[in-house]
Formats: sequence, structure tokens, C-alpha cells
Amino acid sequence: MADKRKSCLSGKGVTKVFGFGRTRTVAVNNVDFDFKEGEVISIVGESGSGKTTLAKMLLGLISETEGDIYFQGEKRDISSHGKRKAYWQQIQAIFQDPFASFNIFNKIDSVLLDCINMRGGGRLPYEQKVEMMTEACSFVNLKFEELTNKYPFELSGGQQQRLMIARIFLLKPKILLADEPTSMIDACSRATILDYLLQLRDEVGMTPIFITHDIGLAYYVSDTVYIMEKGVFVESGSADEVILHPKQPYTQRLINDVPKIYEEWDLSTV
Amino acid sequence: MKHMLQQIFQSGKFVTGFVIFVAIVLGVIIYPLVIPDPPLKIIAQGTFFEPGIYVNVYDSINTKYYTLNLDEAAERRIADRLGDEDRQAIQTWLVGNGMAENEIDITNTEQLLDQWFNNFDPTTRLPGMTNADRNYYIRLNNNIQGLLRTEGAVIAEMNEETAVLEETATVPQTAYVNISQVPNVRILPLGTDNFGRDVLTELIRATGVSLQIGLVAGAIATLIGLVLGLVSGYIGGFVDDIIMFITNLFTVIPSFVLLILISFSISQEQRGAFTIAVVIGFTSWVWTARAVRSQVISLRNRDHVNLSKLSGHSITHIIVRDILPYIASYVIMALILQISSGILAEAGLSILGLGPKTTEVPTLGLMMNWAMIYQAHILGKWWAYFPVILTIALIAFSMNLMNTGLDQVFNPALRE
Repeated sequence: MADKRKSCLSGKGVTKVFGFGRTRTVAVNNVDFDFKEGEVISIVGESGSGKTTLAKMLLGLISETEGDIYFQGEKRDISSHGKRKAYWQQIQAIFQDPFASFNIFNKIDSVLLDCINMRGGGRLPYEQKVEMMTEACSFVNLKFEELTNKYPFELSGGQQQRLMIARIFLLKPKILLADEPTSMIDACSRATILDYLLQLRDEVGMTPIFITHDIGLAYYVSDTVYIMEKGVFVESGSADEVILHPKQPYTQRLINDVPKIYEEWDLSTV
Repeated sequence: MKHMLQQIFQSGKFVTGFVIFVAIVLGVIIYPLVIPDPPLKIIAQGTFFEPGIYVNVYDSINTKYYTLNLDEAAERRIADRLGDEDRQAIQTWLVGNGMAENEIDITNTEQLLDQWFNNFDPTTRLPGMTNADRNYYIRLNNNIQGLLRTEGAVIAEMNEETAVLEETATVPQTAYVNISQVPNVRILPLGTDNFGRDVLTELIRATGVSLQIGLVAGAIATLIGLVLGLVSGYIGGFVDDIIMFITNLFTVIPSFVLLILISFSISQEQRGAFTIAVVIGFTSWVWTARAVRSQVISLRNRDHVNLSKLSGHSITHIIVRDILPYIASYVIMALILQISSGILAEAGLSILGLGPKTTEVPTLGLMMNWAMIYQAHILGKWWAYFPVILTIALIAFSMNLMNTGLDQVFNPALRE
């Protein structure tokens, strides 16, 4: 049934190599994938498995060494600034480290106003912009009145992360690459925010791609799960299939590493 | 911003450097307002007048006298007139006349003169004394007698018709003038130089010009370095290769040699202070470019730059708004060092005679050059070069101090 849906982002033989000679590191190795529109995807893997590198390639922030990435069925073309801007109107991201993600010299207003401009709302009256920003902030439990005229570094890590997510509510992209989106948010807000993000999928047909090491989160939100180990997708399929009936030992290990309440932790596999 | 300034001004090193630098700059600005003399005007006839207060003799004669009866006056006058050579000669004569050497103290003027008058006899011929020596001692005796006179000096004017000197006034030895009543008194705190110019006025102007040279050279060097570093670091790839090739080329050629060659190829007539500043600026941007490039390379893959890209900003916007503010503190530090090294480079060039042309403005380097050519250091005329060295050292010192202070503020690893 998933196959009938339109492909929104796919790749063939995508490879990223850093360095050369002795320091040559293959971060992403010959990866094939096909993300369908409207489906919730998770890419799960431990730290250093190449998830973030893959995400940056998908975003077009770094170029792929080999392979092709297809966007909505056509080969992606981001050779000029105009084409890149058009691409980024469709695909957006939440970065994993909120502390490093904001320009410390720009106020929070400018971060959010940039998003409105990006969607072509630059000429709207200021009151309407404020309304839009207030609404976006309310989705992530932030009060715009408290944020306006402040600098990002004056917020806590969780607040910065929520601000990052508030951008998405303003941008409403077709594809969202969320790299550890809720790592610094308390458990209560986490579920609410994830639900809002999933709501956005229904509203505008957004395809969220979660990149996480938290297999529990992946199971909670996603339709399709990709398991990544050392730059390779070792296992993929529907969430139930992969997580309830893992075939690869790596997947089993990831699942066993999820801490469970009322159970002794098994630290032998760490 | 306010917080950062507060932090900077809490750094002792920065504040010390800043105070020295501001004092120099204020001196450069205020002095010409108080003493508006042209700095290169030759006022002295002769070279290297010592620092001091110069009182016009003609005016002081015509100024109202006050009589002060001071005991030490006569003695001090004699002590001052009686040169070391004369004292030595007196000692030689007295010893030759049979006085024990340890009885004579040539620094005690009163005792020495007593001994002289008690013993000297012009008819005595000491063993081994030539006729010339004898005449010298007779002359010396007359001089000393003259010094001991108590009459005043006669002022006479020549009668134009008869060409006879007519006495108009007598200046007694107890006459004093109040220096504030003498219309022409010139203080030369640092004397005059080889051309007879007031060194202090010249030095102040030279400091101003040198600071301007440093500022222009530093600004040009930093600007070129900054632009090349930003472009090369951010864009990378082929552009980076080309820019780094040029930069490496400039690194290998010692910039001072380049500076000498360029200065040499510009004729003396066309070498103004500004031209020299531009030449210095164009040869010293290399390390700024390299440093900025490496900073930018580490910044360009940060997430905030990625976020800015995702927000659809252009390369120019990202470089100016997302990269530049992050390296601004570093660039300011580089600018300070470039200004200070620009001043030093000008001094170095000028000492070699390749500095700005000498007819318009003085610079610190030119002053050093003049002092060197006219052998001030050999002749012991310290005021012609020492204040210049001190000024150069103070400027460089204050700027380096500011730089170190800034480094401590901006680089948390260096905080105490």
C-alpha cells in the first residue's frame, strides 16, 4: 500500500567520503532509499553511524561524493542560489544541537521573520507577522511576547529547541528532516510537540523524517524505519516489522539498549 | 555588546594599553592647538641645541630689574664659569708648586680659589714648564680675577654720528629679571634637531603622521586580508586554491624586501606618507588572510550557518551576518597588530632612507633617519633620537597590550 504513494525523496548509491589517504572515512556508504510522501520515516542508528551526514546531504548542505538524490521523482538540481532557495522552501530541518544552531548576534524575532520571508510573506503587515509568530510559538509551548527582543542564548536548551521547531510551523515544508528534535525537551512537551508535527503532516502533507538514536521514539511515531550502521542501511521496513521482529543483530542490540523501567539494565552490550 | 565592552574594560592589560594609547592620541590632537608652530620650521641657527628654557638676552636686558642679594650668587657664577680644564690646570700648578695632591679638592671652588690666590706667582717658573704654559697660567689668573669683579656689566649703544659707544645703563651683578616679564622665552623641552627644528613639535606631528600611516596601512592590510580570507574560506574549492596560491606566494617573499623594492621603485618625489602607507598595507595582508581563512573554515560548517542557508539567505548575507560577527573580535585584534606593525614598518623603511619624502611632514621613521645621518647618537645628542624611540616603543607596547587584553577577554581559555 505504501508503494502506491508518490515518492518524495529517494536516493541511489549515495556515498559520502571525508578526507583521503590515511584519513579517508566513508561516512555514508552506497545507500539506497525511497521516502514516500506523507509517510513518517525514522532513521535510527548509534552515534557516528552517518545519520547526520546523510541528513545534510539530503538537505543539500554538503555535496554527495557519489550517487544521485531524486526529489519528487526528478533528479535534484541545486546548482544555483535560486534553485537552492526553491528547494529549501520544500525541505527544512531541525538540527540536533540547539545551542549551536542560532546566530548569537541575531534576535529571535529575526529567526522567525526569516521563515515568514522564506515563504514569501515579507510584505505582510507587521501585526500579521506577529500573529503568525505567536501562533507558531504557541504550538511548541513558547510565549512569543516573552521571546521577542531576546537573543537565542538567553533561552534554555529546551526553549531553543522548541524555537527551532516553531520555525517549521511557520515554514510548513513538504519534507522535514528532524535530527534528534526533542533531545532536550521534557517528556510532557515532547509528546505534544511530536503530535503537532504529525498533525502538520495531515494538514500540509508534510513528510517528517526523524533521525534519532532513540528506537522507542522511532517506534512511537514512524511508519517506516531505516536502521543505519556504519554508513549503511542494514535493515528497513515498517516500524512493526523492524522493531518487533528484528532480523539484524545490530537492530536487536539497539532495541535491547532501550532502558526499561522495572527492569535491570543490561550493560553488557554497551 | 555593552556587556562585552564592560568585560574588555575590566581587563587590566587592555585598560593600561588603552590609557597609554589615548594619552598619545590626545597629545597629538591637543599640542598643535596650544602651540600651532609649523613642525618643520627651522628656528635654531646651528644644530642640536640642548633641551631647556631659552630666554631672550636682549629682552631681559630691557626688562625691569629686581635686586636680590643672594649669598651664593657670586660663588655659583664663578663655579659655573670655571671649567673643568681650568680646575685641572690649577691643580697641576699647585702640585708643581709643592702642595700635596690630597690637599686640593677641585670640586670645592672656594677652597681652590683661596689656594690659588695664596700661592700663585706669575714670576715662578715651575720645572718643565714651557713659556706657553706660563702665559696660559697668567691668562687664567687674569680670567679668574675678572670673575671676581663685583662691578656690573656696562650696556653701551653706538652713537650713529660719532661711532662712539655711549654708556646707557649698568647691569649690576645683583640684578634679576622675572622670567614671566621677559616677552620672549622659548621652552624647548627636547631641544632642537640637526636642522634646528624644535624636536618636541616635530615629534608630536611625526607621531600623528605615523599613527595615520599605521591606521591606513593597517586598515588596507586588514581589509584585503579579511576579504580574501572570507571568500577563500567560505567558498573553498578552486577559488580557495587560487587565493591561497597568491597568499603563499606573498608569504614566501619576505614582505619587508618587497616593501623595500616597491618603495625604491617609486621616486622620492612621489613617495608621500599616504603612498608609503598604501605600499605597507599592500604587502602585509598575508597573515590576516590566512588567519581569517582558517577561522572561516571552522565556522562555515556550523549549524547556525546551515540554518541561515536553509532560511534562504545569499552568500553575501551569510558571510556578512553569520560569519563576520563571529570573527569580528579576532579581526579587531588583527587590525590593532597591523596598525602597530605598520608604524614599525614605516620606521624601518625610513631608517633605510626609503620613507616618505622629507619636505612635507615628519614621521617617526624620518626623525630616526635624520638623527642617524647627522650622528646624533655618536655626538651624544640623545634628545634627537631617544624620545622618538620611546614614542615608537610606547605605541607598539600599548597596542600589543590592548591586543593581549582583548585576547584574554575573547578567548576564554586564556582567562585567569
